[in-house]
Amino acid sequence: MARIAGVNLPSNKRIEIALTYIYGIGRPRSVEIIEKAGISPDVRVKDLTENEVASLRREVEQYVVEGDLRRRVYASIQRLKDINSYRGIRHKKRLPVRGQRTRANARTWKGPRPAKAGKKR
Amino acid sequence: MPRSTRKGPYVEESLLEKVQKAKRGDLGEIKTWSRSSMVTPEMVGLTIKVHNGKLHLPVSIVENMVGHKLGEFAPTRTFRSHGGMKKKKAPGLT
Repeated sequence: MARIAGVNLPSNKRIEIALTYIYGIGRPRSVEIIEKAGISPDVRVKDLTENEVASLRREVEQYVVEGDLRRRVYASIQRLKDINSYRGIRHKKRLPVRGQRTRANARTWKGPRPAKAGKKR
Repeated sequence: MPRSTRKGPYVEESLLEKVQKAKRGDLGEIKTWSRSSMVTPEMVGLTIKVHNGKLHLPVSIVENMVGHKLGEFAPTRTFRSHGGMKKKKAPGLT
């Protein structure tokens, strides 16, 4: 069990996968980090030596990750809302921001369908 | 795809002139139809009236708006709630 970037303790998975449990690190970054740290992507997390964990930690620190990243995303959305730009307004109304249709679909943002009008009679 | 940086930000010529005038105090209010013009640092502090297709909406420019386009701040559509017969509650806005 290794603790990298705060709360993240990946399991007995290969590090290549385990690193992606960190918010802000996906497969490409994970691979890059492992390469830079000079570790085989096939090692299980439990088989890592202290040294390897340390060097991974050092590489992960190069990126904005976890809380800091979440805060940054939130801040940029907040900025859009504050200046009342179109995108900010869409965020405030909890509607799709990037010009998708809302006549149908858009269920992720709008939530479950409301009961059909006129069905109850 | 964003505009090539080589070209620099797009701002309508006449709008730039108006901004200069307003800065000197020669122009009371700036009206523009140029929604696609970028907000430049010189505009901060001014109030620009941006056309939304019907009328000019006053937009007071703050620092955070630099880099956005004027049209983003003058919505072109009015939403007049759904729900006719059975007065429904307005959708939960945050």
